[in-house]
Amino acid sequence: MLGIVRQKMLEQSLKKIRPAVSVLRSYSSAAKQMTVREALNSALDEEMSADSKVFLMGEEVGEYQGAYKITKGLLDKYGPERVLDTPITEAGFTGIAVGAAYYGVKPVVEFMTFNFSMQAIDHIINSAAKTNYMSSGRISVPIVFRGPNGAAAGVGAQHSQCYAAWYASCPGLKVLAPYSSEDARGLLKAGIRDPDPVVFLENELLYGESFPVSDEVLDSSFCLPIGKAKIERKGKDVTIAAYSKMVGYALKAAETLEKDGIDAEVINLRSIRPLDRSTINASVRKTNRLVTVEEAFPQHGVGAEICASIVEESFAYLDAPVERIAGADVPMPYAANLERMAVPQVIYHFSLFSYNYQYIYTHICIYMHANTHNFIHL
Amino acid sequence: MALSRLASSSSRSADLLKPLCSAISLRRPISTDTTPITVETSVPFTSHQCDTPSRSVQTNAKELFTFFRDMALMRRMEIAADSLYKAKLIRGFCHLYDGQEAVAVGMEAAITKKDCIITAYRDHCTFVSRGGTLLEVFAELMGRQAGCSRGKGGSMHFYKKDSNFYGGHGIVGAQVPLGCGLAFAQKYSKDEAVTFALYGDGAANQGQLFEALNISALWDLPAILVCENNHYGMGTAEWRAAKSPAYYKRGDYAPGLKVDGMDAFAVKQACTFAKEHALKNGPIILEMDTYRYHGHSMSDPGSTYRTRDEITGVRQERDPVERIRKLILSHDLATEKELKDIEKEIRKEVDDAIAQAKENPLPESSELFTNVYAKGLGVESFGADRKEVRAILP
Repeated sequence: MLGIVRQKMLEQSLKKIRPAVSVLRSYSSAAKQMTVREALNSALDEEMSADSKVFLMGEEVGEYQGAYKITKGLLDKYGPERVLDTPITEAGFTGIAVGAAYYGVKPVVEFMTFNFSMQAIDHIINSAAKTNYMSSGRISVPIVFRGPNGAAAGVGAQHSQCYAAWYASCPGLKVLAPYSSEDARGLLKAGIRDPDPVVFLENELLYGESFPVSDEVLDSSFCLPIGKAKIERKGKDVTIAAYSKMVGYALKAAETLEKDGIDAEVINLRSIRPLDRSTINASVRKTNRLVTVEEAFPQHGVGAEICASIVEESFAYLDAPVERIAGADVPMPYAANLERMAVPQVIYHFSLFSYNYQYIYTHICIYMHANTHNFIHL
Repeated sequence: MALSRLASSSSRSADLLKPLCSAISLRRPISTDTTPITVETSVPFTSHQCDTPSRSVQTNAKELFTFFRDMALMRRMEIAADSLYKAKLIRGFCHLYDGQEAVAVGMEAAITKKDCIITAYRDHCTFVSRGGTLLEVFAELMGRQAGCSRGKGGSMHFYKKDSNFYGGHGIVGAQVPLGCGLAFAQKYSKDEAVTFALYGDGAANQGQLFEALNISALWDLPAILVCENNHYGMGTAEWRAAKSPAYYKRGDYAPGLKVDGMDAFAVKQACTFAKEHALKNGPIILEMDTYRYHGHSMSDPGSTYRTRDEITGVRQERDPVERIRKLILSHDLATEKELKDIEKEIRKEVDDAIAQAKENPLPESSELFTNVYAKGLGVESFGADRKEVRAILP
C-alpha cells in the first residue's frame, strides 16, 4: 500500500513559491461574468432562435417571466405560441409535451421544481424514456425536462428532494446536472439539440451565482458533450466527485485541503446519466482515494453508483474505502439548525500524527456534517 | 343473379352451367363501384353541447366491400391470435379487439393518414387499419424480427409513424394527454389535421384525461377524445367505476356525441363530424358504444363478470361484420357464397401470415442494446453479467 510522503515543513515552504493562482476556475480567456440564470436564459433564447420547432411549456414561464426568471423576456420575443403558460397540471401538460415530441416538435418543459415532476413521472419514464426502445427506433422523443432540483433554503421536506438518482437509474433518459454558467449554457444547448429525452437538473441556489465565461462559451454554437465529466481542479492525493451545487463545496474543501498539504482532484460530473465512468476511474487510479459528494438522500444514490463502478473497475487501485458524503437520511426539516445538519457543509480541522518507518501518514479530517461524521483518510 | 345462385347450390347441373355461370359470377363482388348508396345508422346520435350529425350516411359498394373485408380480416386475425396465445407462441399480455372492429374501420374511412391516431393496449386492429400488415402483427406478437417493433415492443406497443399511428400504450389513460400533445404539434406545425385519442370506459375516469382536455380546450387543440365504451374496465362494469357513465357528457365544457360503435357507418359519420368540429372549435368527445367478445385479455375468460347470454345477445343483434354482410346482401351487391369466399380468402391470408411469422427469427442478441437512445454517444451499457455482457450504445 503506497503511502504519501509529506513533510509539513517542506509543504509550508513550497507554498511560498507556488504561484498564487486560484485553482477554482481556470478558464484561460475569462473575461465576462455571467450568472447561471443568464446562462440558462441565453441558452433557451439561442436554441429557440435557431430551431423553430423548439418551444417552452410550464407554469408561469410566460407572463410571469418564469418562477425563477429563467425564461424572462422569451414570451415577448417568441410569442404565446412558443412560450406556453400551463395550468397547474403536471401529469396533463407533461403528457401533452411528450406527445408533441412524438410528432417531431421539440418541447422544453419546465417543472417549477422537480418535486412536482413526481406527478408526471409516468410520462417521463413510461411515455418518454422507453418509447424509442419499445418502438425499435421508430419513435424518438426529443424533449427536455428542466427545473430546479434538490434543496433550496427553508422550503421543507416536500420541496427539497434531489431526483438525480431516480431519473439516472432509468435507461433511455439522459440526466444532466450543471454547476457553473458554462455548464448551464453548454449542457442545456446540448440537451435541447439531443434527440433523446433529457432531464436537466438545475439548482435554485446557483441561479444567482456568477461565473466567468469565455468568448467560446458565449458563442451561440457552444455545446458541451453529454456524458463527459469535467476535472475542475487537478490533484493527486484524493478524488472528490460531485455534481451541481456540491461541486462548489468540493472546490472550497479542496482549497482548505491544499493549505494542509492535500492536493484534491475535483470532478464535476456534469452528466449523471450517462455517467463518465472512465474519467472517474482514471482519476481514482491516479489518486487512489475517492470521496463522492451529493446533497441527495444517501441510499441507492449517485455516490453509491460511483462507488460500485470504482469497485468493479479499479478495486486494486484503492488505498482506502470510498467515502460517500450525502444528505441526511431524513426528510428535509425546516428549522435552520436541523436543515444545516441535513445537507453537507464544509467545516474542517486537521491533525497530524502517526509516523511509520517507511512513510508518514497525515490524518486530515474534512468534517462534513451529515448524519455521521465523514472523513477523508490519507 | 338468380342463375349464379342456382349454379352454386346445385352441383349436378354445375358442369352444364359452369361456363355460363363463370361468366355471370365473373361479376365478382363489385369492389370498384362508387355509385352512391345511402344507409341509415342503426340509431340516431345523442349529443352534448353540440348538434348531431345526420343519420343518413353516404357510401358506395366499394366502401361496403372494404368495410366487410377489413372487419372480417380483423376478426379472423384476433381469433387466430387467441389460438396462438393458447399455443404459447404469444406470451405476456394479449388484449383482443374482436367485436370492436367497426370503430377502427369506420374511423379510418372518415380520415386521412395525415390525421393521427393513438390508442391504448388493445391496438392490433387499429394498427392494421392504419396500414399495418398481418405479418407485422403476428411477428410482433411472437416477438420476431419482422414485427412492427422488431419484436421489442410486444402486443401493447405497435407503432406506425409513417401513417401517424402512435401506439400502443400500456399505462391506462396515458395515451390521452399524449394524443392531445399530437394535436398540439399538428396545430403548431399548421398541418390542418386532427388527432384521435382512443381510450376505454375504464380510462375515462383518469385525472390526466381531464387535465389534458382542459388544456386542449384552452388552447383550441384539434383533439378528438374517443371513448371506446365496451362497458367493462377489465372486470369492473361501468356503473361500478363511474358515477356518471355518460362518457360523452363528461367533457362538461367540451361537446360530446354518443355513437353506436357497432355500426361502422355511424362511426364514420361521427368521426367526419368530429374532425370538422375539432379543426374549427377545439376538442370534442366521441363515445362509441361498443362491445368486446373476448375477456379483457387472454388471462380473463370474460364470463365471470358478465353473462354468456349477454355476449351471445350482442353477437346476434349487433355484430359489426354481420351488419355489413346484411347491407351488402340487401343491396344485392354480392351473394352469400361470394362473401363466404372472401372470408375463406381472408382465412388463408391470415394462416399464411402466421406461417411466415413462425418462420421468422427472434431478434439478434445485439438488439438488446439497440435503440436505448436515438443518439447513443458511444456510451457503455451493461447486461446482467456486467463483466461479460457489455455493449457500446450506437
